Order: sequence, then C-alpha cells, then structure tokens
Amino acid sequence: MEAVATLKTETHKDHHHVYVPEPELIDGKPTFKTITDVICGVPEGKMPRLWWILFGVSFALMVMYLSVIAYLVYKGIGIWGLNTTVGWAWDITNFVWWVGIGHAGTLISAILFLFRQKWRTSINRFSEAMTIFAVICAGMFPLIHMGRIWHAYWFLPLPNSMQMWLNFRSPLMWDVFAISTYLSVSIMFWYVGLIPDLATMRDRAKPGIRKILLGLFALGWRGGNRQWQHYEKAYMILAGLSTPLVLSVHTIVSFDFATSIIPGWHTTIFPPYFVAGAIFSGFAMVMTLVIIAYWIFPQIKQIINERHIDNMNKIIMVTGMMVGYAYGCEFFIAWYSGNPYEASIFVKRATGPYWWAYWSMVFCNVVVPQIFWIKSMRTNLTASFIVSILVNVGMWFERFVITVTSLSQDFIPSSWKYFTPTIYDVACFVGSLGLFMTLFLLFLRYMPMVAMAEVKGVLPHANPHHPDHAHNGRAHHDEKIEELATKNGGH
Amino acid sequence: MAQLFPKWTNKIPVFLIAGVLATLVTVTFGFWYFGSPKYLEVGYRPKQPVPYSHKLHAGDLGMDCRYCHVGVEKSAHASVPPTSTCMNCHSQVQARSEKLLVVRESYATNKPIEWVKVHKVPDFAYFNHSVHVNAGVGCKSCHGNVAQMDERGVMQMEPLSMGWCLDCHRNPEPHLRPKSEITNMDWVAPANQKEFAAKLIAEKKIKPPVDCGACHR
Repeated sequence: MEAVATLKTETHKDHHHVYVPEPELIDGKPTFKTITDVICGVPEGKMPRLWWILFGVSFALMVMYLSVIAYLVYKGIGIWGLNTTVGWAWDITNFVWWVGIGHAGTLISAILFLFRQKWRTSINRFSEAMTIFAVICAGMFPLIHMGRIWHAYWFLPLPNSMQMWLNFRSPLMWDVFAISTYLSVSIMFWYVGLIPDLATMRDRAKPGIRKILLGLFALGWRGGNRQWQHYEKAYMILAGLSTPLVLSVHTIVSFDFATSIIPGWHTTIFPPYFVAGAIFSGFAMVMTLVIIAYWIFPQIKQIINERHIDNMNKIIMVTGMMVGYAYGCEFFIAWYSGNPYEASIFVKRATGPYWWAYWSMVFCNVVVPQIFWIKSMRTNLTASFIVSILVNVGMWFERFVITVTSLSQDFIPSSWKYFTPTIYDVACFVGSLGLFMTLFLLFLRYMPMVAMAEVKGVLPHANPHHPDHAHNGRAHHDEKIEELATKNGGH
Repeated sequence: MAQLFPKWTNKIPVFLIAGVLATLVTVTFGFWYFGSPKYLEVGYRPKQPVPYSHKLHAGDLGMDCRYCHVGVEKSAHASVPPTSTCMNCHSQVQARSEKLLVVRESYATNKPIEWVKVHKVPDFAYFNHSVHVNAGVGCKSCHGNVAQMDERGVMQMEPLSMGWCLDCHRNPEPHLRPKSEITNMDWVAPANQKEFAAKLIAEKKIKPPVDCGACHR
C-alpha cells in the first residue's frame, strides 16, 4: 500500500532529505493492536443501553411493517391511497428513495477505491452494509406493490405452462435485473472485504459456536502472503465490476419514468440527475448512521474522525448542487422545449396543489447543504446530523414530487386527482425505516463495523520509511512530490 | 493453535455450490412439470350428483351434443341443459329408475341439479364457444372423446393451460374440420387436411389472436 505518514524524497547528488507530511487518517497514534481492540471490542462486548433502546424501537417498527405487509397481501393494495390517475405513489417513492440511498456504498467502496481515496477505509464497511440493507428495503416495495405477490416469479425467465416470457422492452423488467445484480454484487463485495476481519475475530474468539461460525465464514483465512495477493486481486476485480453499477442502477430506475410519455417524466436529464441524487442521499444516510454509531460507541471516533465527516460533507454539498442544477435545468427545458404540457406540469409543481412538497424539496436539497461552505460546520456533528436528516427528507420529497405530481395531473383534466396517503402508506414507509435500522443495529452488534485490515493498511506503520534507509523505501517516486520537495528546500 | 476444522471441510464450498445449483434446477423444473395443469388437471373427474353417462347418450344412442348443449353455436357458453331437457325423454323412458331420482326431484321442486363444472377457465380469461365451433374446431379437440365417458362422469382430457391455448392459436390447421363434423367424435383428419385447412382459413378469414387482450379483456 502507498500510505505513508511522511513522504520522503532525495535529490540525486547530495542525499539531502526532505519531508512532505500528509495528515494522518486515524487519530490517537493507533497501532495495529489498538485498531483491532477498538473494532473487535464492539461485537465482543456487551451492547450499551442506547443500543438496546434503539433496537427495541426499530424492531417494534419492523414487526409492525411485516404485519402491515401481511394485511396488505391479504387485503390487496387498495388499503393504500393510490388508485387510478395516481397509480404510483408512496410505494414507488419509497422504492426509488431506498435504492438511491444504497448508492453511496458502492461509490465509497468501489469508485473511491479505484481513485485511491484512502480515507474511504474508515467508512466503507459501514456504507456497504448500509447499501445492502437499503437495497433490501427498496426491493420490498415493488414486490408488495404488485399486490399478488405470489406471482413475483413471473419476473424471472422460467419455463411455464402459460408460455409467457419476459417483456424485455419494459424498463420495469430491466429494473428487476439491475436491482438483483446490484444486490448480489454488493453482498459479494461486502463479504470479500469481510473475510480478513472475520478471521481476526475468529482468532480472538473463545472456543465455541461463535468461533466455529466465524471460522466457517472466514473460509480458512490465515493472512498468508499468497492469500493477500489473491484477495487484493479479487477486491480490485469486484471494484471494477461494481463501478459501472453505481451509474447503471439508478439510470435504469430513472428509465422507469423517463421512457414513459408522462410530462415531467419524459426527459433525458433523468439518468444523471437520478445518479447524482442517489449519491447525495446515500452519503447523507452514511452520515446519519455514522453519527448514530458515535452515540452508541464513542470509542470509534478515533477511527472515523473529523476528516471523514469533512470529506463526506463536501461530497454532500457538491452532489446537492448537482441536484439543484438539475432542478433548474428541468425548468429551463420545460420552457425552452416549447412543449405546453411539459411547461404546465413544472409550473404546477412549483405553484400547484403540491407546492409544499416542491419547496420542501428545494429547501432541503439545495439551500440546506450550502451551510457546508463554512469549514466549522463541515466538522460539526450536530450540524452534520441535522443536514443529513434534512437531505434525506428532501430527497424523499424529490421522489414524491416526481412520481405523484406528474401522475395526478395528466392529460385529461377531468381525471386529475389529489393524492392523499392512508395510514397504511405511512405505516409501510415508517416500517421500512424500522427494518433498515434493525438490520443496521444487528450489523453493529455482530460484525466488525470498520474494515480493520484496510484501516491498518493506511496506518504509517504499514509502509515504514526511515530517512536513513532510503533504499528500503518506495521504489517509485511521485514526480509531483519530488518537484515540490525540490522547491521547498532541495538545493 | 489447533485446527478448527478437519481437512475434509475444504470441500464444503464445492459441494455447497453444486448443491445450490442442483436444488435450483430441480425446484424450477420440478415446479414446471409437477405444477403444470398438464400434470395436475388432466384426469380431473369429479363425482356428479347424477351418474350420467355420455357414453350411453351421445355414444350408444347417438344423440347429437347440441340436443342438450344448445348454446354452443350461438353464445359464449355451451350451456348445461336444464332438468326439463332430461325430462323430455325421461318422463317416459326409465321413468322409475332409481338412478334418476335426483332428476325427478329437481323437476318436481323446480330446483336445478348442481352439476360439478369440469372444464374450468380462470375468471380473467374470456372464452367463447361459438366462435371456436363456427371456425371449425370440433368438440373433441378440447373435451376429448366425451362419447366414451361412462357414468363415472366427464373427465378433463386437455390441460386448458394458456400455453395449450396458444399452441392452437399459433397453429390452428391440424384442429380444423368441416362444420358438419363438429360433433363427430370419430372424425379423423383426412390426407388432404393441410389443403382443406388452408381453404377454410382463407374462406372464413380465420386469424386466431395471440395478443393479451384477446382473452384477458
């Protein structure tokens, strides 16, 4: 690994040494052992009171959610507020929202990995877990939206006596494949990353069922040189495979809308707009979860520290502005295209019956993140928590505005209808949050929440350099650093 | 440190992958075969309230199907005859038979006999008897040789699955016959069936629909 605390270079002639310090990623002068102790200590120890309180609440919500789903399957989706004209409402809103949230995981674990962003190591396990849980929550909504859930297998290319085959021209079909691919690749990526850490936990575990289980899932990992070589290759390949998924999954979700002819949906900006929004909401969710984890386990603050919060907030601000640009661009195109239906739907979004949703969305997504221009706010946990919550509120409203406003006022004014949710709409949404938090809290309880092996790889000790042993150092000098070093006091 | 697992556990992943794949394939094809109407529904022969024998009436006595199933050429339903149709003959013939007790009771009390439906198509599939019969599809094509079904009742002979419907809609030729032979259970396709069917298709402009809306209206 290339991580170093101090970069050293030498001029060719006089062996004059220059140091260009790079900020350390982990606080508190950590060693390999302290990292292991802090991270493994969580699942090995007792859960604090706050964990039990949060778990109790989340678990209750999850049970409520499953009961509502059971009732929904029994009774039909008529218990929701949607009907003709507004045929997609909170269910599809929730679906798109959750899939979007899932995007940060792959971005952090794959794209930031390929770009050698070492700060990702502290949060990638977290966000990959979050991705999997968010995609599970997302996947449930189209399933229960079907009503006749027992026909779900019609989505799969299976032989059947109806001689029915999939309609591959439908983006809803592409969605099935996009989401299931995303889920399986995310799980694989997450699991491969977990193997060395599971082995660490196995070695620390007392003999018993826990040791056996950890041993089974650690796949006989010994940390040998050859194993690490295979591991690094596999990780790189999976990162390469996942990278296109970051872009493709939400692009295909946006096609659910964009390939139809409904004004407000039929726009080419949708794919990039959806992907930016997905990363935006995903990072906000990682932020929310990190801060919740701080509350429960304050000891992880040295591993996920101010610099990580700062970096995530920067990404939230940038993607927030991309989303804001998309909102403006949509309005511009609605006017510039000269299409009266398109123009009408956008005017109605801002001034029509759903104005409150539209302006909540603009406030939360465009205005609120601007606070991060101030550096002290980017590292302030309270501010970060509030913004991260508001961003996801705003993103939920964005999905709601897109889905419902366009449908509620379609081509025939006589069929215009105002959508009102029922108690079951609300219960399904809140319940899915319960499911998500339950899974997340269980993850904190049983898994190493930070990728220990990777964090160790970015510690100064992982790549030792001593000025007097230049020949032991890195073979490749970064030209830029050399140039900088020369300028700073080489000759 | 002692080994946690014996050496043979190295083979677990291979067996696991093979096992999962084999299970998936078995479940899929198992359902496809054992869950299909062809396996589950062909041979359905419920007990009827009256031991009515099609073999006796339509086979041995040679009655035409349409004597009882009057609607078959004119409406969507072939129609099950009312008790009065039975009594046209049975007020005279076998008027004291014990087997006909239910029929006479129904006639006297004016309450229809509750026949059990054998050939069921789901509610969301629209089926019209007249259009098929008038196009030249014989009774036997879908119902089998009813004239051989005795007093144990009528048995379902074809799967009536969507795929089975589509097989004929995509390729109706082997199943078309002259209008005069519609109810004939012993009709065999002649050597020139292909030419005959082509002529009939051209003449009647037969174009069986295969779009969703044809049956799922």
